[in-house]
Amino acid sequence: MKCAETSPMEIPFQHRQASHCESGVMSAIVRHYGLPLSEPMAFGLSSALSFAFLPFIKLSGLPLFAYRMPPGAIIRGLQKPLGFTMRTETFRDPAKGMARLDALLAADRVVGLQTSVFWLPYMPADLRFHFNAHNVLAYGRDPANGDYLLSDPVFEAPMRCAVADLEKARFARGTLAPKGLIYYPATPPHAPDWRQAILAAIKKTTRIMLSPIPFVGVRGIARVARAIERLPAATDPQTARLYVGHLVRMQEEIGTGGGGFRYMYAAFLEEAAEAATCAALAELAEALVEIGDLWREFALTCARMIRDRDPFAPAQLAALLRAQAQREQRFFTGLARAAKSCHQSPARK
Amino acid sequence: MEARDVPQESNVTLGGHRKAVYARDASHHLALVPSRGWEPEEIVTRQAVEAFERLAAAARERVRNGLSSPLEYHMYRARMDLVLLAQASGLWRWRVRRHLRPAPFARLSPALRARYADVLGIEVAQLDEVR
Repeated sequence: MKCAETSPMEIPFQHRQASHCESGVMSAIVRHYGLPLSEPMAFGLSSALSFAFLPFIKLSGLPLFAYRMPPGAIIRGLQKPLGFTMRTETFRDPAKGMARLDALLAADRVVGLQTSVFWLPYMPADLRFHFNAHNVLAYGRDPANGDYLLSDPVFEAPMRCAVADLEKARFARGTLAPKGLIYYPATPPHAPDWRQAILAAIKKTTRIMLSPIPFVGVRGIARVARAIERLPAATDPQTARLYVGHLVRMQEEIGTGGGGFRYMYAAFLEEAAEAATCAALAELAEALVEIGDLWREFALTCARMIRDRDPFAPAQLAALLRAQAQREQRFFTGLARAAKSCHQSPARK
Repeated sequence: MEARDVPQESNVTLGGHRKAVYARDASHHLALVPSRGWEPEEIVTRQAVEAFERLAAAARERVRNGLSSPLEYHMYRARMDLVLLAQASGLWRWRVRRHLRPAPFARLSPALRARYADVLGIEVAQLDEVR
């Protein structure tokens, strides 16, 4: 690995790889401050699973697709279930933002940072796009050269970053500009009443996925199907392929856990079945893994069409998406029902 | 997805790193499994990178033909577009668009040149180079 692994530090921080940056950082922070918490549990408890299609927000000319809630949802969403407060600070002046981070690290704190992927030197070149909502954790500085010691959850080992690079990454401008955002717990997290917290979080997710808003949840998926059917496949084949590729990137690129976060949510349901003594959730986890597999098949079909191994057929992709929307409709309806019946039946001891 | 089915297809865009995905392990529990990547994911990432490379190559031709300023080439090389370059530099979009033309670019003040170089992550002297 090009970026040297960091030597053990005076702060006994444990780096652990995760599949998604924000749930990885937040579960690491909660663990560091004393409460064991898995990444899927952080993701599920904050109701982070979603689907959204926002054609009026453009990123490099392409619409916004998201298989999860907007950035910041996990940081904010864990506060209520875990009964603690996250302190967040943003800065207008980069020098002040760097000084504040140094002060917190000097006080042996572990600090979450919002960064732009483009300016992180350890990122592989092909992944360096101007995506401004990548979360990493700072846990110290190298006394020899001042490098920041970072735990980037999507990588296997801890990373390091020079001062000038981190400043650029934290103060990049554009869509979702981080403005130097740092976050850390103001009070320690507490173990919740797992059953109640889990069932409430599941209910929220099912409401979002089954929302009547046309751009959100299963209706959002169906709307993407319609948008794909209308792509100028014949007149502008390149743009049409980029559009489809962009959708697949949001689903499968690093930071999703595969299958557009569906596998991670299935892992949450599996864990939740035990923690909330609600056996029905384990069966639903199985069903969601199958839905995740079908998302992967969709990605494979898209990729083959993009490379012209198969003829580019928007109608076929739209049909696959509609089928996924229907499956997710059934799945989340069933999940809402299961959570409700678990909620009504008294907890088995 | 079963752990043994997690793709290990040496996706070049991961630069030798392994990412983590959730899959069923031997005891049928969902757990993180390291992955060297999957070809579809490589295809879509490379597609996005190549789109910018194509834009940069086209801009280079225009610069050589005196139709565009080197700023256009550097903008695409930094994987930006007009909207993002304007946001990053804090300039009005119409001003940046103007600076994409050779003559206004040639008259840029040293302060503006320094600002562009900074947001593009290159040295000021490199601004004039197109290769």
